[in-house]
Parts: sequence; structure tokens; C-alpha cells
Amino acid sequence: MATRQTQSLAKLMRAPAIILLLIWMIVPLGMTLYYSFLNYNLLNPASTSWAGFFNYKYFYTDPAFWESIWNTLVLVLGVLLITVVGGILIAILIDKPIFGQGIVRILVISPFFVMPPVAALIWKNMIMHPSYGVFADIAKFFGMQPVDWFAQYPLFSIILIVAWQWLPFATLILLTALQSLDGEQMEAAEMDGAPALQRFIYLTLPHMARAITVVVLIQTIFLLGVYAEILVTTNGGPGNASTNLTYLIYRAARLNFDIGGAAAGGIIAVVLANIVAFFLMRAVGKNLD
Amino acid sequence: MGSITLKNVRKAFGDVEVIPGVDLNINEGEFVVFVGPSGCGKSTLLRLIAGLEDVTSGTIEIDGSDVTDAGPAKRGLAMVFQSYALYPHMSVKKNIAFPLKMAKMPEAEQEKRVAHAAKILNLDSYLERKPGQLSGGQRQRVAIGRAIVREPAAFLFDEPLSNLDAALRVNMRVEISELHNNLKTTMIYVTHDQVEAMTMADKIVVLRAGHVEQVGSPMELYAKPANKFVAGFIGSPNMNFIEGEGAAKHGAHTIGVRPEHWSLSTSEGEFPGTVGVAEHLGSDTFLHIDLDNGTHVIARAEGEFAVHHGDRIFLTPQEGRIYKFGKDGLAA
Repeated sequence: MATRQTQSLAKLMRAPAIILLLIWMIVPLGMTLYYSFLNYNLLNPASTSWAGFFNYKYFYTDPAFWESIWNTLVLVLGVLLITVVGGILIAILIDKPIFGQGIVRILVISPFFVMPPVAALIWKNMIMHPSYGVFADIAKFFGMQPVDWFAQYPLFSIILIVAWQWLPFATLILLTALQSLDGEQMEAAEMDGAPALQRFIYLTLPHMARAITVVVLIQTIFLLGVYAEILVTTNGGPGNASTNLTYLIYRAARLNFDIGGAAAGGIIAVVLANIVAFFLMRAVGKNLD
Repeated sequence: MGSITLKNVRKAFGDVEVIPGVDLNINEGEFVVFVGPSGCGKSTLLRLIAGLEDVTSGTIEIDGSDVTDAGPAKRGLAMVFQSYALYPHMSVKKNIAFPLKMAKMPEAEQEKRVAHAAKILNLDSYLERKPGQLSGGQRQRVAIGRAIVREPAAFLFDEPLSNLDAALRVNMRVEISELHNNLKTTMIYVTHDQVEAMTMADKIVVLRAGHVEQVGSPMELYAKPANKFVAGFIGSPNMNFIEGEGAAKHGAHTIGVRPEHWSLSTSEGEFPGTVGVAEHLGSDTFLHIDLDNGTHVIARAEGEFAVHHGDRIFLTPQEGRIYKFGKDGLAA
């Protein structure tokens, strides 16, 4: 009896926080859903009318739509590939005791502290710029034609920038996993005649599987919504070559002032994110139990 | 196959010299136990033999060939670790087969050897389980299984029983001895427990601070300890040491008498004392006694011995069972 009272009291005490969070989530989602069925343009806000599924049809038939979804997937997978592989390698590297280990580790982690637009601007103007970027200098030093990164490889350039930002996160998580690897297991494998590469494949990788899962899940959530890096570098161009779904929605809302269309895009993005999450959890979620 | 020779093996970590120089011969098929208090360098010595640590100077030979600079895999030895070091994400079967897989042995042969090892070690019904689903004793057996499938030149055991409870430890002790009798392979076994050393070994190597104090069969060490350290370390409970006048009467700086070598009397004897705690085990009674000369000794009486806390008691060492030591601690 006392337990049941405590439980209902606990529910009562929890309620305000949960209700607040629910409102926080439901109201914007509901409003987006509502707007997505309206003809609502900021250039002419007075004349809004019911649109039915027109906004969805309009967004879906936009020639940029499929390209943006493809770009979103390429961006997410590209960054995941670079950060997981690079993260494992860097983690193994800085796991070894070296002189100045503390400083090295802080330096490795530091890109994570740089805000995305700042990082993207630095890459755009100081590293990838075709006339005074570092890459251009390197190309010239070897007597080659400098690459105009954002014109020639726009999506790859964005992947590079975003990967640079997320590499520290992956490294950090994977490093902690690596540090919890039992040294005696490694020695046992050494006695069993496993060379370094085999020890990595049969012991280190399985040991890190859970950490890799965490990195993939968390990064996917954030990478589906990459936006600032595109805004300050390519503006989604040339053409739609570096437009992802988030940026397409931004374009509808802020460049075309089409609130209804942008809201419909937002709902589509939510559905897509859930589909991705569903498959992701099925594919890698078993590592988490 | 399986003789190991250490020649003047030295090991230092930076400035700290852990093993100042050890010469040792291990014959083929011998069960050798390295025993000593913690920090005496016994595990380091084992790891040097395994190749997990590099020697600072000196040479290690296995079957007559110099393996000082060879990697652990090249030495043909198998090791059982204190933590068992099983691969947690592999089934028992895959754990045992791992060294064979690394040696690129054909699948069929792997299956055969794993099945054989599983039969010897009673692991048949656990082959598909993960190490996390096994008890301590079963994990221990998997670790041994992983060692025996390779048919190594010698087995190295690094305190393999210290994580098991007392009853299981006694069982595994017998199982490992049995295994040695069946396989007849050289085994080197590190422990701090002198009971394990006495019960299992063909040859005991007593170590202290990296020095070999004495090498010999268990009974040799028991009957003829080379010095006070070995005398005190081997035997349970420990040997009693008496210095001063009592020892001078026997013509030594220190005399040692094992608890089981006292004649007890309530009326007369050489060393009078007062009974403290009496531990009644049924088969034996261990008496903690404060002698009048200030020394604390332990005496064993067979069966029941009816004395109580505070009673007077007289102890006399049995004839020919007195160990005499000089001022330098060496047996005189």
C-alpha cells in the first residue's frame, strides 16, 4: 500500500517535467504538420488557405528533392566512414604512451570545440581556397594546378569539413573503449601466435563494437541535420550538388518564403529520419544489449 | 621436447633490478613450481620465459636452441593467465580453437583437437557458450584447454588458481597434477601458495627478491632447507625460530622447530610457556604458545589435546628434528 502511494506520488512529481517536454516536442511538430497543409507564403501572409496535400506534392516533385536525399545519405555515410575508420586509427595511435601525451590528446579533441560555421569558414577561406588556401599552396609546391574544391568537389568538400569536426568525438569514444581492453587478453593472443593485425581483427575490433555502435548512432542523428557548413561554403551549389534535405527545407522557407512547402519538407525529413533510425537500430542496435 | 635452460638471466625495469641473475635448468617433463612471497619476481621470471618481457641480459634456451630474442609465438610455449584471459566475444569452442586457427591448421584437424581437449577437461556440454556464462572453474578449464590443443613444448601457469574459492582450488590442483601425469609435458607453475607448491611440484624453485634461494624436490626443501627463509616459507604452519640462550644450548645462533616436531607435556620439558589460543581442527590441534623466553611459537598436537587458554605447557623439540642456522641465516 505504502509502495503504491509512493509510486503515484512519484508519478505526480514527475508529471510537470514530462508534460513540459511533451509540449516542447508536440507543439512545434503539430504546428509544422498544420502549416504543411496550408498555402502560406511570407510574401503574402494575409491570404492563407487550405492546401491539402499540394505542399507535399510540390516538395516531392521538386527536381532537387531526390538529389537532396541522395546527397544527405552520401554525406552521412561518407562522414561516418571517415570518422569511424580515422577515429579507430587515431585512437590506437594516441593510446600508446608518448611524450606530451596530455597535450596531444587535447589537440586531437580540440576541433570539436570549434563552432560549425567558424570551422567551415576557416576551411573555405584558409585551407580549400583555390588561390590562397593551404591545399592550393601544396598543389603549387608540387607544380600542380590548384583544385577549386567547392566548385569541383562540392559534396566531398563538405564531407571533409564535417568529418574533421566529428573525428574528435569518434576518437574520444573509441579511445575510452580501447583503454578498457584487457592487456592479458592481448598477451594471451600473442602467446597463441596471433600477429598484430590478427589481434586487431579478433580482439580489438570486437571489443570496440559497442563503442562504434554508439558513435554511428549519435553521429547519424546529428549528421542528418547538417546545415551550417553548407550555408557558409557552397550554399547548396553548384546547382544542387551539395544540397541536402535540411538545406532544401531552409531554401524553401528562407529564400522562397514558402512556409507551407518548408513545413511539408520538414515532415518528410522527420519520416525519413525515423526510417533511417529504424534500419540503423536493427542493423547495429544488437551490439548495445 | 620441453627442456628449458636459463643462463644468468637478468631483468631490470629502468633502474630497478627485479631479477639480478638467475641460472636454472628445467628438465623435460618436469613439473616446476616457482614459489615466493609477492613481489619476489616469480611472475616476471615466467614472463621472461614466455617472451612477454625482454631479458636485460643473459640467455634463455628451449630444447637447446637460443630463444632469447624470439617472440612469444615462436617459442612453442602455452600460458594460462591468472585472469584466464579468455576472449569474451568468442564461444568456448572458438576460444580453444584460436591458437590452431592462428597456426592455419585445417578445419577438420582443429575440430578433432578441440573435441579431444574438451573431453579431457569435461567441457563437452559448454562448447557453444561464451566465457561470461561460465563459472570460475569452467573458465579455468577453458584456459587450460586453449593451452593444451597446441601441444606446446611446455605449459606456463601464472597463479592460475588464485581466483577460485578454496574447495575448487583443491579440485583444480588435483586436476592439473592429473593432467601433468597424462600429458607428461613440462610445466612451470607460479604461485605464492606453498601448499600448491608442495603438493604439485617435482621441483620447487624458491625465490626471494629475484634471487633463487633454493631448488629442490618438495621433500628436500622440507627436510633440508638451505637457509632460514626457505625453512620459514616451506611448511604450514610456518617453522618456529628460537634465538638466544635456547638456541645456544644446541650450538647454533638460531634453531628452527616445525610445529609438528614438538613433544608437548603439561609437566616438564625444555621450553616452558603459556597456552594462548588453541585451534581445534578435529584431526589436529594447533596451539599458540608464548614461551617464557618471550618467543611466540605454534605447536601441533595430533587429535585432541586438552589444554585451555592460560594453562602452563612444556615443549621439547623431537630428537633430530632441530634445524640449526648460523648468524648469516644459512643452515649450519
